[in-house]
Amino acid sequence: MSAPIAGSAALTRRSFIVASLAGGAALTFEAHVALAAGSAKTEATMLNAFIRIMPDNTVVIGAKNPEIGQGIKTMLPMLLAEELDVAWEQVHIEQADANEKAYGVQVAGGSTATPMNWLPARQAGAAARAMLVGAAAAQWGVAAADLKTSAGRVIDPAGGRSATYASLAAAAAAQPAPDLAKVALKKPSEFQIIGTPKRGVDTPKIVRGEPLFGIDTRMPGLLHAAMVKCPVIGGTLASFDDTAVKSAPGVVAVVPISSGQCPAGKQDAVAIVGASWWTVQKLREKLNVTWETAAQQGFSTALYAQQAVEAFGKAPDTTLFKAGDADAALSRAVKVVTADYSYPFLAHATLEPQNCTALWHQDGKLEFWAPTQNPGAGRKDVAAMMGIAPDAITIHMTRIGGGFGRRLLNDYMVLSGQLAKALPGRPVKLLFDRTDDLRNDYYRPAGWHRFTAGLDASGALVAFKDHFITFGAGGKALRAADMPASEFPASVVPDTHLTQSFLATNLTTGWLRAPASNALAFVYQGFMDEVAEAAGTDLAALMLRTLGAPRDLPSERPGVVFSTGRARAVIERAVAFAGWTGKPSSVAGKGRGFGFYFSHRGYFAEVVDVTVTDGAVKVDKVWIAGDIGSQIINPLNAEHQAQGAAIDGLAQALVWQPVVQEAGAVQTVTFSDFPLLRMDAKPAEIAISWVKNDFPPSGLGEPTLPPVIPAVANAIRAATGKRLRALPLQLS
Amino acid sequence: MSIVLTVNRRKRTVDADADKPLLWVLREDLDMPGTKFGCGAGLCGACTVILDGQAVRSCQTPIAEAAGKQITTIEGVTALPMGKKVVDAWIKIDVPQCGYCQAGQIMSATALLTATPKPTADDIVGGMNGNICRCATYVRIERAIREAAGLETKA
Repeated sequence: MSAPIAGSAALTRRSFIVASLAGGAALTFEAHVALAAGSAKTEATMLNAFIRIMPDNTVVIGAKNPEIGQGIKTMLPMLLAEELDVAWEQVHIEQADANEKAYGVQVAGGSTATPMNWLPARQAGAAARAMLVGAAAAQWGVAAADLKTSAGRVIDPAGGRSATYASLAAAAAAQPAPDLAKVALKKPSEFQIIGTPKRGVDTPKIVRGEPLFGIDTRMPGLLHAAMVKCPVIGGTLASFDDTAVKSAPGVVAVVPISSGQCPAGKQDAVAIVGASWWTVQKLREKLNVTWETAAQQGFSTALYAQQAVEAFGKAPDTTLFKAGDADAALSRAVKVVTADYSYPFLAHATLEPQNCTALWHQDGKLEFWAPTQNPGAGRKDVAAMMGIAPDAITIHMTRIGGGFGRRLLNDYMVLSGQLAKALPGRPVKLLFDRTDDLRNDYYRPAGWHRFTAGLDASGALVAFKDHFITFGAGGKALRAADMPASEFPASVVPDTHLTQSFLATNLTTGWLRAPASNALAFVYQGFMDEVAEAAGTDLAALMLRTLGAPRDLPSERPGVVFSTGRARAVIERAVAFAGWTGKPSSVAGKGRGFGFYFSHRGYFAEVVDVTVTDGAVKVDKVWIAGDIGSQIINPLNAEHQAQGAAIDGLAQALVWQPVVQEAGAVQTVTFSDFPLLRMDAKPAEIAISWVKNDFPPSGLGEPTLPPVIPAVANAIRAATGKRLRALPLQLS
Repeated sequence: MSIVLTVNRRKRTVDADADKPLLWVLREDLDMPGTKFGCGAGLCGACTVILDGQAVRSCQTPIAEAAGKQITTIEGVTALPMGKKVVDAWIKIDVPQCGYCQAGQIMSATALLTATPKPTADDIVGGMNGNICRCATYVRIERAIREAAGLETKA
């Protein structure tokens, strides 16, 4: 959009900033900063920020990541605005398009945006500020070090003068660009935006009902599509008769397409395209379709349950982690505890059903308006399915009506891209109905665990085994069906053996908010509560003892360590904060449970109080002690994410029902079959306490969720004496 | 067929089937996408509008049933005295996360507070339990309702 002007810097080092005079703006900064905290893949130099100083001295800051309600569209610009030293009221935020070549990673997933951008985004803002200060210093003939900035102005206290950033634009563009790695950053005590509560930038538009979401995409000539999808994932289209549909009023086309869930070259859906979604979706019953599903029909929930039991009786398929000799240690143990745990397939149930708008241009370019959490992956999937160049695809990111991991996968882009190609020059919006959405998810996979633990005479955990039955193919776990080899307490118990066996399924699997962790926290911390009971202690005390001295251990992902010291600190905080004693309540039907989990760089210890009346569980209060590093960037949103994630965990523990499959097809297709948590199940109180330290800030969308699930299960045990080892937790 | 609807105090003539749900008439025929599609079965509340003072699920309301009645949607809710208070409270408390359900939540809260200006905790559950928030903003929804009602809110 702008050509760099003379004097702008284009340095060859990994990180640099370019200032240019762009049409409309007084000055544009584009910062190319190597992202932090990444693997080798993210080492490349990349643009991850743009800042436009407008002639009226307002500032436009680009938001590069997809917004799913996690607050990133507000939070990343806060980092830039802080170091640029403008007032938040001067800032306008603009959603960037997907452009992985320019911006690098643009993903709403893994709670990674904070750790990746904390340093580079601030460096970009500080570098832009330094160029503006340099311009003023040159203009006034004073040293840059003698100048200050505030609210978008450079101030010369000695000379009693000031200038707006906008007035310095041309001169700033001619300034030498500072080295981003060396540019001075504010001390935390100087922060004016970071650490202060900021409302969501889109909140005023949301409450006015403005069209922000993918489903709201509007443009002249827009066509609407509904699909008849094979009810069995992996099945293919055998035949269809569209005679009755094609002649119906308002129908423009009937198009067979592929979701990418069936073998290449086949189709698994037929879309009806017309002027009104209401009209075309009603016509679906008149479309005579037959499917080929022989290869998938055998799969069912009942089959998996039976196969899991059988697998427990056989030798495991693979070893995930082994240290010492667990069997020998168990034979020496003074006490042995064993238990089987399980959890079901789950859907994501985003409230905005899957949808996507696409337009095939006459020149062979394809344009999307997509509510996707992972546009880069969508681009690749569409390019592969349609045989077009990735560069021929433009992706505009809309606001997203709930992600939770569902929209990390891009079947709706693949489907709508094919529709667009069939109707060149005409924009088409494909919308799933709720049955399509629940039946064609990338489900959180079910799993089964057989645990064995050995205690010595002192009550120390000395031997540990887990036989994990999960879904896999070719000796490898399916997507999101894996378990880290470092799963605690495997990493600290001297004699440990983690093994796996794999079941087959036709269901597509995927990441659900705090993937793997949401299930593993339940089974591991639930079982550890049993071990604590056997050892005559409580879970918080057993955890502190088992964690041992503060040190770094390998973690759930490469490059991230698990600090037992940080884990200890949040456990100790939760104990003090909630007044945890490990002693049973004196009131019948009341119980208190504890859970700890480390995931996505965050350490969380949580305590839950429940009241059980006639088998019904009411959550009275949740205490959350969390460590996500040195800084809570937006406290208002942090509270929001922690409350939301905790309630999301309670929903998985108590409200959501298993996704049930019969004869290959998912039968859980309405919000009656798959109930979501409502206002009546909201805990009366959620209390949050942050443990601050010197570690860099990390993300918060996910790590609050996992420990609340075992904390509820353990509270039910305390309240009723019943140990529930399967999700959802049901007494009766 | 041609049906006259009164939406946000404006008369609008729509040419659509009598059984077409009000939700889809709003979204497709009247170009008012603020009212959201969530389930199409009256189970999630995303499509809630106010019809003659009552919160109804527009996905379950054929337009023939809405003809001759006062329809208020999220786009016009601030014209209602209580609607303005509710929207202001939603902004002040910063209720939305993803925001998709919030139009429906605001319509239900407006109907609740219009009928019950000083709701108890049970009244709030009763008025709001038909509206799902998948992000679980329930703590802030309750706080915003109390704020709009002029009741004490916890910090």
